[in-house]
Amino acid sequence: MEHFVNLFIRSVFLENMALAFFLGMCSFLACSKKVDTALGLGAAVVFVQVLTVPLNNLILRYLLAEGALAWISPAFQHIDLTFLAFILFISTIAAATQVVEMVVERFAPALHATLGVFLPLIAVNCVILAGSLFMQERDYTFTESVVYGLGSGTGWAIAIVAMAAVREKMRYSNVPDGLKGLGITFVTAGLMSLAFMVFSGIQL
Amino acid sequence: MSATDSVFGTRARRTLFAPIITNNPIAVQVLGICSALAVTTRIDKALVMGAGVTLVTACANLAVSLVRNYTPSSIRIIVQLAIIASLVIMVDQFLKAYLFELSLELSVFVGLIITNCIVMGRAEGFAMQNPPLTSFLDGIGNGLGYALVLLLVAFVRELSGAGKVFGFTVLPLANDGGWYVPNGLMLLAPSALFIVALLIWLLRTLKPELQEKD
Repeated sequence: MEHFVNLFIRSVFLENMALAFFLGMCSFLACSKKVDTALGLGAAVVFVQVLTVPLNNLILRYLLAEGALAWISPAFQHIDLTFLAFILFISTIAAATQVVEMVVERFAPALHATLGVFLPLIAVNCVILAGSLFMQERDYTFTESVVYGLGSGTGWAIAIVAMAAVREKMRYSNVPDGLKGLGITFVTAGLMSLAFMVFSGIQL
Repeated sequence: MSATDSVFGTRARRTLFAPIITNNPIAVQVLGICSALAVTTRIDKALVMGAGVTLVTACANLAVSLVRNYTPSSIRIIVQLAIIASLVIMVDQFLKAYLFELSLELSVFVGLIITNCIVMGRAEGFAMQNPPLTSFLDGIGNGLGYALVLLLVAFVRELSGAGKVFGFTVLPLANDGGWYVPNGLMLLAPSALFIVALLIWLLRTLKPELQEKD
């Protein structure tokens, strides 16, 4: 159990997707003007991340890894399809977001009204694909991948909500013309990222 | 096809060169920042990443443009993703075969070219409306614009963070008996954000029409 708690904390704070690896920066910058929007996008990312990372873990384990096809027939013992990982991962993600959108629209219209616009965007959010790729690189088990999906999604959500809150306050500040909008957002993200580096001293 | 539309006409030249500086994907269009920041601690990493993205953007633009009239708009995103993912797999396999050490260091970022906004953005925003050759040039232009910013940021970070350019020592470090005390911040992730911010500031001061009103 302690192992999973550690993994969760590490993926939320130490290896924060947005502020330590700079993933999902495009939507991180574009959708962080208001806290409400950021909250919606953050929730959608956590949701899709928890779904796709374990799903891709299963795909990797039972379809792609060397010897994974042995359950069909022993003749497939030596087939290694890991090079197909990228294309299968991204298809899973695209399909999963599509299914999630349809399910949410059908059964939770209120949630769809808030998350709806973000779900299609998420298919091409680097955070989601990166979650699956890190899962592959670090060889997580199924349970670990569930925890990692939750942790990395939550970390990103925290970062974007914090960013949006800072930007809402920043509207009242006097920023140099050339830095307005994008430039100052970069500087803010850099400072937040510096602050998050404090966590890297934690020994887990 | 009029004279200005031919391969070396003004329009083609503009398609190729505009994204490098005036319409730079990172500094002006704000696309593809994710990977731009993470791989710029050393110039060789930035170079490989820039080359990979240029290749993928150009070929993806070409392929998407070739099939643009046969792609139903409801499934266009997945068609684009399939094309891009196949190209990225080729780049990844190539790196693993010939530049194994570097591919380990780039780790997931090669795979993340798939979701790099530049590739998707140009495929969706340009290649879907334009003929193959123009799209190909647009892809190369945007890839080079991306590579330029990457190299610039990597140059600053490697020089001031480790006193090296391309792995060769330029500023002898104090630890090794030289005089230069490296700036450790430059090797940490946040410095890339600061450098890109300064770059944007510089560009927008030189070209005030790019400034945001709000």
